Amino acid sequence: MAEELKLFRTWSSPFALRVVHALKIKGLEYETIFEDLSTKSASLLQYNPVNKKVPVLVHNGKPICESLVILEYIDETWKQCPLLPRDPYDKAEARFWAKFGDEKIFSSIWKVLITQGKQQEEAIVEAVQNLKLIEEQLKDKKFFGGETIGYLDIAFGWTVNLIGILEEIIDQKLVDEEKLPLLSAWMQNFSDDPVIKDCWPPRDKMIVKFQVMREPYLKNLVSQ
Amino acid sequence: MAPEKELVQLIGFWGSPYVLSVRWALKLKGIEYEYHEENLLKKSPLLLQYNPVYKKVPVLLHNGKPLVESLMIIQYIDETWKQNPLQPQDPYERAKTLFWAKFAHEKCIAPMVSSFFKIGEEQEKCVKEACEHLRTLESALEEGKRFFGGETIGFVDIAAAWMGCWARIIEEILSVKLIDEEKMPRLIAWFSNVVEVPALKECMPPTQNLLEHNIKFRKFLVAAAERLQSVPLTGN
Repeated sequence: MAEELKLFRTWSSPFALRVVHALKIKGLEYETIFEDLSTKSASLLQYNPVNKKVPVLVHNGKPICESLVILEYIDETWKQCPLLPRDPYDKAEARFWAKFGDEKIFSSIWKVLITQGKQQEEAIVEAVQNLKLIEEQLKDKKFFGGETIGYLDIAFGWTVNLIGILEEIIDQKLVDEEKLPLLSAWMQNFSDDPVIKDCWPPRDKMIVKFQVMREPYLKNLVSQ
Repeated sequence: MAPEKELVQLIGFWGSPYVLSVRWALKLKGIEYEYHEENLLKKSPLLLQYNPVYKKVPVLLHNGKPLVESLMIIQYIDETWKQNPLQPQDPYERAKTLFWAKFAHEKCIAPMVSSFFKIGEEQEKCVKEACEHLRTLESALEEGKRFFGGETIGFVDIAAAWMGCWARIIEEILSVKLIDEEKMPRLIAWFSNVVEVPALKECMPPTQNLLEHNIKFRKFLVAAAERLQSVPLTGN
């Protein structure tokens, strides 16, 4: 039976990027539907009535939502180039750090973006501490998945894109080679991978987007 | 060749519903384990060693290797011990199960629990959010089915059906309404179907003990909030 795969995403969503990376690694063909979240399409609302968010993967008409759930689904359905480790314990560890990334890294990076002065310095300290915990999971491997990109690399992949953009906006290094040497090397290896490097959203557009998102928070700080 | 001796240990707290859900999974799989009760006011070096990131219970130790976060622990149990599967075999059905377990935890249980830690307007906001998502969960349950996935108990049941009991306790202590008898009949039936399963009922801490413990806990939280605000509060 011919497989029909559709991905609902926005041009900038880091969570959707995870699915893009996974589909590319597995060598899967799919149709992309770009959504404008201010006017969601009827299809998106039909396929994700609960959260009404992207990404949504639709496989032969059946929708799967939530990026980490989608990653597991892709890995279980298409067996080539496995993403998750086979061993249940290693799998559990990978899932744990992916969740940690979503909960702690995302929020600590966001705090760096929307603060200034002393508050920003403190936010940077916290972000670096959290990034150090992630770095420890690399040990002496090229990727979190070992010699090849795996689930955890894809789960963290958005940090590679977003951190670079953030550093440019605040004109400061967050992941520098001295403080986070392994993570720094990983970011370069991940970015340079032929599967990954063509998938990044347009950098200039991302910088403008995050500068605009930052404005109201900075204005609020100034008026306080 | 004789199977390697498995050592399974659970670090928990008697009043934690997350620990309960792991106990339920272990019970359904028929896994023997040692239980270590934690004093959450004075966390043991064991807990801090095995869950340094979050410092919380439950922690499952399997042959000395730690696993944390209740949903992930239950997934691990299901993937390691194959008897009485908790998750469906089909990848699409598994994805649906994982989605709803996460939804129940993040959208229903999390605001419910948050409301217990808050006062005034912030508390109202959490209660409203929990109710809205409980109505969504209600619509995900199928009419006439005993458990979330059908006639056999599974992942979502273990992960989340305990919330009925805790919701009632929160309602009583905070004088709020979370479970609407008219709008949530399927949820109410589901809660009861799951906790009445004899193997699971055996593991439930007595409701009276939970109530007493949480009344004391709430008093402690309110006093702490009052100290922060330096204004005495009335009500719950």
